[in-house]
Amino acid sequence: MRLSGRNLKCVRGGREVFSGLDLSATSGEALAVTGPNGAGKTSLLRVLAGLLAPAEGSIALEGGDAELSLPEQAHYLGHRDALKPALSVMENLSFWREFLGGDTLDADRCLAAVALDHAAHLPAAYLSAGQCRRLSIARLLSVRRPVWLLDEPTSALDAAGQEMFIGLMRDHLASGGLIVAATHLPLGIDARDLRMGGAA
Amino acid sequence: MSALAALIRRDIRIALRVGGGALIGVLFFLTVTVLMPFAVGPDLALLSRLGPAILWLGALLASLLTLDRLFTADHEDGSLDLIVMSRTPLELACAAKALAHWLAAGLPLIIATPILGLLLNLDGTATLAVAATLLAGTPALTFTGMIGAALAVTLHRGGLLLAVLVLPLSIPVLIFGVAASQAAISGPLSFGTPFSILCALSLASLVIGPFAAAASLRHGLD
Repeated sequence: MRLSGRNLKCVRGGREVFSGLDLSATSGEALAVTGPNGAGKTSLLRVLAGLLAPAEGSIALEGGDAELSLPEQAHYLGHRDALKPALSVMENLSFWREFLGGDTLDADRCLAAVALDHAAHLPAAYLSAGQCRRLSIARLLSVRRPVWLLDEPTSALDAAGQEMFIGLMRDHLASGGLIVAATHLPLGIDARDLRMGGAA
Repeated sequence: MSALAALIRRDIRIALRVGGGALIGVLFFLTVTVLMPFAVGPDLALLSRLGPAILWLGALLASLLTLDRLFTADHEDGSLDLIVMSRTPLELACAAKALAHWLAAGLPLIIATPILGLLLNLDGTATLAVAATLLAGTPALTFTGMIGAALAVTLHRGGLLLAVLVLPLSIPVLIFGVAASQAAISGPLSFGTPFSILCALSLASLVIGPFAAAASLRHGLD
């Protein structure tokens, strides 16, 4: 599987965020998108996720499921955790598991993998920021998607959580997955660097 | 299909839990209807003549009250991004959300109507007629209201804009809803004529609403 973007340009609010950007990543490879604040890391991920239309250029995913578009084969882990405070941890996870569909993994095992199994019946309103992030990560595990688009994935995670997430990313890459992550911190895995906003 | 069922289940569950807002609509409906006799005065004949109109206005405002959270809540916590990306067509997801909203916030209004009818001096047939027209007409309010909710999704104080956008669209529903209730109570028109038009309005909004809402959500996301 190969994800490639050619000559991408993104305009937001009348201002050019980036232009002439090329990227490519193949199965088992991670791409670390780095750069100063405002360089367009989040915008790039949202363009890849199909949430923003690129002003120019094209994105292609070769070798994936021909019936599905790139966003339909991707997980997006954004700044916001997409959790409902009124629902319990388990209800939040099971909803996304059922709604996203495809190959799914047992919800209990996913919660155990992110060390949240003890809080399964706690309303998500009572979770700390780090625990919310762990629950979002459990969503990535519960439904199989070959492409992971991660935006500052380890923010709010403690040292043990970061260790755990590094392990999960390694497993994902080893199973033929592909990761594009915007980050300020070192990802902790072997990743190709895509530097943004160098000229600006 | 199971994805849509999951979405409907989740939305109803959230609406019925603390702070969900399903009961707020009914309470608001109750308050508006209870206040009316105090404003109009103790003229029983006048009250029963105004009754259907008061109930319809109350239901319209109550459904508007909760509609503005239909997409904003999902937008604020990032769920909407994932819904847009998912394998479920956005049109169907919008329809599922509107259906869940109607089940959680619209249906209780209809169930409350017989009790509120008593306060407005409506007899059995009249109350039944109003409840029937609300049952046929409130889906139209929800599904056209959804278009406004989708347009105002990125605005922080979108509630007021929603009312301005949606109220003109709900005028036909209001006219034929009240006309059908009046026809059942006093005639001379047959109940069937305005009632069929009301049903037609609901069916048309059922088709147009999801497509318009999905289009404006896709356009408005940033």
